[in-house]
Amino acid sequence: MRANDPEDVVAGSAHEDAHLAADTATPETLPYDPGGDVEEAVAVDVAEVRPELADPTTVDAIVAPSRDVHVAEGEPLLSMRDVTMQFGGLTALDHVTFDIRRGEILGLIGPNGAGKTTAFNAMTGVYRPTSGTVLFDGEVIGKAARNEITRRGIARTFQNIRLFGEMTALENVVVGTDARHRTSVPGAVFRTRRHRAEERDAIDRGMALLEFVGIGARATERARNLPYGDQRRLEIARALATEPKLLCLDEPAAGFNPAEKESLMGLIRHIRDDGYTVLLIEHDMRLVRGVTDRIVVLEFGRKIADGTPEEVTSDPAVVAAYLGVPDDAAVPDLPEIGGPTTGAAPTTGGTR
Amino acid sequence: MSTSDTPDATSAKATSAKSTSAKATTSRPTSLPPAGRTPVAQRPHAGLGDRLRLWWDALARPTQWAIGVPFILLIAALPVIRPPLLTTVGTDFGSVMAQFGMVALIAIGLNVVVGQAGLLDLGYVGFYAIGAYTVALLTSPDSPWNLTDDWLSNDWAWLACLPVAIAVTAISGLILGSPTLRLRGDYLAIVTLGFGEIVRLLADNLDSVTGGGRGLSQVAYPRVGVSEEHPNGVFSAGNASGTLNAGVWWFWVSIVLIVIALLVVGNLERSRVGRAWVAIREDEDAAEIMGVPTFRFKLWAFVIGAAIGGISGALYAGQVQFVVPTNFNVINSMLFLCAVVLGGQGNKLGVIVGAFVVVYLPNFFLGRTEIFGIPIDGNEIANYKYLFFGLALVLLMIFRPQGLFPARQKLLTYGRELYVAARAAARKVSGAGDGSGRADAVPAVDVATEGDAR
Repeated sequence: MRANDPEDVVAGSAHEDAHLAADTATPETLPYDPGGDVEEAVAVDVAEVRPELADPTTVDAIVAPSRDVHVAEGEPLLSMRDVTMQFGGLTALDHVTFDIRRGEILGLIGPNGAGKTTAFNAMTGVYRPTSGTVLFDGEVIGKAARNEITRRGIARTFQNIRLFGEMTALENVVVGTDARHRTSVPGAVFRTRRHRAEERDAIDRGMALLEFVGIGARATERARNLPYGDQRRLEIARALATEPKLLCLDEPAAGFNPAEKESLMGLIRHIRDDGYTVLLIEHDMRLVRGVTDRIVVLEFGRKIADGTPEEVTSDPAVVAAYLGVPDDAAVPDLPEIGGPTTGAAPTTGGTR
Repeated sequence: MSTSDTPDATSAKATSAKSTSAKATTSRPTSLPPAGRTPVAQRPHAGLGDRLRLWWDALARPTQWAIGVPFILLIAALPVIRPPLLTTVGTDFGSVMAQFGMVALIAIGLNVVVGQAGLLDLGYVGFYAIGAYTVALLTSPDSPWNLTDDWLSNDWAWLACLPVAIAVTAISGLILGSPTLRLRGDYLAIVTLGFGEIVRLLADNLDSVTGGGRGLSQVAYPRVGVSEEHPNGVFSAGNASGTLNAGVWWFWVSIVLIVIALLVVGNLERSRVGRAWVAIREDEDAAEIMGVPTFRFKLWAFVIGAAIGGISGALYAGQVQFVVPTNFNVINSMLFLCAVVLGGQGNKLGVIVGAFVVVYLPNFFLGRTEIFGIPIDGNEIANYKYLFFGLALVLLMIFRPQGLFPARQKLLTYGRELYVAARAAARKVSGAGDGSGRADAVPAVDVATEGDAR
């Protein structure tokens, strides 16, 4: 059933090897250039510039400054209460109710067109539900400006990467801290003490976040020039920079090879352990099962399952709706269902 | 070279050992891909400009001032020295430089709007006109709102009106921006184009206030340095002859204002404001979702840009002492935009060079009959300046679409140490021939161990 897995791994490592070979080959062809372009700079040794960031606990402390999330762990952070979304005659969400609890990783899955994105937009205030309410942190999410929603504590990444390409990685992350700045144009013009302190903190936090997601060495490179995997990580760092209570990841593993997915799972768990609540929208069943604490399954705008990964993957309704009915109806074999997933979710790995 | 090589290599090894051990002890994902370097062909051309920039960035702040101030003084002295090849023949070099100073200010202001925030403003001349007319309306005897008769002394009327002009243009920027900045791209361009024309047509048709097509004359100017020679002071249009004529004095005033504007804009650029502007330019929706109040910062860009345009307008009114609507044609908007695009959108020093090119080149040819011994009809060439600017822009878009001096904004005030470290790392890599001290070795080791673990 896992017949295609070794192939993937082999392909992945071969790709890495090629990458490695290319890496060792390029320096020889580079001419000596004493004043080389800074923009194309190679890895910065973070430990040299910011010695304190060599210690992972310090990084964690900077990344999650307020750990109040740990206080009410398990309490609902965001509640969808009987939410219905209708667009003309189309019912995109049909009386959907579920909670995202503090300190958990919730997976939101469903086949294409199941209403995942609509649910996502309803949660982030882009749409106002036709009926029902969305409660975030005890307050109803109305149709506030999108930057206001971010300030209230919901951050997101994009399915198709949307970084600020001309800015460096560090600058991208520091833009994320904008939501927490208090001074504005007058403070910047006169460089007031408060403004300077804010700027300094933002850069420290930005550096720590880059180190946290594992791309600290690329801080001064332009986002456009980063490898694909690093761009995805940079998006996560930028979202975390807004100091969210809830981090929504929209297919963060799209286009990743199995090894990269593995390390992404580690990162997502680490984010949760640091006190953030994570909502994960993902097609890749293996990733969702491996990392989430709870899974909500949507189909045709209705919630069809809600529970731990084990419960959900053994739920016959989910199996039938999302994973597809196995040809041989081999129900005892269900824990191994990761294999066919790639077939059932055609966008896995292909979406960029 | 050999002395510096050894410590470099050892320190790199030490750090590589340190970071690998640090990575090994954490549960953090260690899938940092090998530091894939951009192939030489894909790198931006590392030419003289880049080297100059690198050298400049590496200098300490006091050193930068120590070099910058004499450089500015040298530029200020240009119209006094009048270098033989640089000076103009058809028009006075001093007044050409004064004009350059005004257009440079405009380019700095327009650069905030177009270059930084990416808002295409085709009616920028409107703010220039509002700045000029504010000063003219308050100080010209032709105007119904003339204050110089009553309590405002003619000696300092211009200076008193400068902050008023700044405030009025900033407010007009706010009024124009609040409804229109919800538009994007082409729509915004069209609306601003309309604004520029509205201002000009108002000035042309409000006969009772602006004097219509006759314009407003005898606008106030600073009366400084009154002497036998200059009965009206050195800033008067009457001071037209000699080396230290009114143009040179106005050029010096504009240099002071340019330096102040550059400091303000520079402070903004390296703060959350500048970052927000660039983020809006790059991807407005993403910026908004990352918590940047995009509308507010777009409005700020408009207001700041307008205010700087207003300063330039006030300078113009004072220098020419005569304001007519025809000076604020839409073609001027295009010329200002041309200066910004030519110099390099987003590069506040580049656009000053762009302004110089736009103002200086036509004047260079004006009245010139030969260049390097080749007989030319300079006046004819100057007449076709728009044709040549058009051609220059087309060529620029083909060969150097980012302008003569592409922007490399630094958007962080305190990130300097990082960038210096990056430069050091880059140098280390390209300097070490054998590759033993390469910083690349660190990620490469990581990948190897990760591969084994898998």
